[in-house]
Amino acid sequence: MVQVRLESNLLGANELLARKNRSAFSCQGLLVVNLMSSPGSGKTTILEKTIEYLDGNLKLGVIEGDLYTDQDAQRIEQKGVQVIQINTEGACHLDAGMVGKAFEELPGEKLDLLFIENVGNLVCPAEFDLGEDFKVVVISTTEGNDKPLKYPLIFREARVILLNKIDLLAYTNFSLERFRQDLAQINPSAPVFLVSGTTGEGIAEWNEWLLGEVRSKELNHR
Amino acid sequence: MHELSLMQSVMDIVKDSATQNNIKRVNKVKLVVGKFSMALPDSLHFAFEAISGVEELFQGAVLEIEAKEILCRCQQCQQTIQIEDTYHFICSGCGSNQLEIIQGRELYLDYYEGDEN
Repeated sequence: MVQVRLESNLLGANELLARKNRSAFSCQGLLVVNLMSSPGSGKTTILEKTIEYLDGNLKLGVIEGDLYTDQDAQRIEQKGVQVIQINTEGACHLDAGMVGKAFEELPGEKLDLLFIENVGNLVCPAEFDLGEDFKVVVISTTEGNDKPLKYPLIFREARVILLNKIDLLAYTNFSLERFRQDLAQINPSAPVFLVSGTTGEGIAEWNEWLLGEVRSKELNHR
Repeated sequence: MHELSLMQSVMDIVKDSATQNNIKRVNKVKLVVGKFSMALPDSLHFAFEAISGVEELFQGAVLEIEAKEILCRCQQCQQTIQIEDTYHFICSGCGSNQLEIIQGRELYLDYYEGDEN
């Protein structure tokens, strides 16, 4: 009987590529945001509203991750932003290798801000570093306030949390108080923005916060 | 959700290593999985059974998973505390929420055991 010690990190290959992405992004002083949520919580709509708000101020790029189809990329393209679609063809998350390749293909001039819209899933994307500056989690009122406790890793990893479909709050049993209490235990430092992709509520507040992050990244780059 | 592909990479690493070390049969594979990793031990076991059944090298092999508790170091009082399944990231000593995770995110292949003939 022979024992062979390997101590091999199963995410090691991804972590190596994520570091490579991070230094490629940092070289350009580019802020990169990894947008994550469950399917149907409104990531793409929030992204559309965000692009509308920031348009003219910043040069934006988007990497769209979906299992199949390029419907989301088409929606973003209509906003006049450079976009690359990644189809994972069944894989439940984006990895650093896919993002690195897509970033190389992204046409156009130097960007200020790059959004990576991850595959809709609150589980696996949390585990895979893409080389981003920070993670944004979108959750919607119709999903229920219990999600932070059910998916603690993704909420712990988030720098900022967007509670979408706030216009529907009155029609759901979502408890804002309970949601805030749970987040205070899991991730007390993350700001929470109450937003609506439909009415535009809270979009300005979220974008002003984001602009602050872009500016401090630029300052650090100089 | 990606346990099957994780397990496939485990098997690939072991297969390569077994070839290099002239190991003909693998008896045991040991993984270390943190409780704050998104890989579920039950799903990993299921994936291991599914893959090992069709590979000569892994016939009869067992998978052992060591689960690692979530440990944090409090940035205020420097105490090390364990986070329970309720995921309250609050220091039980001083009540601070400035906690750094120092254990619980592990996901690695520790070792395997096998026979040379």
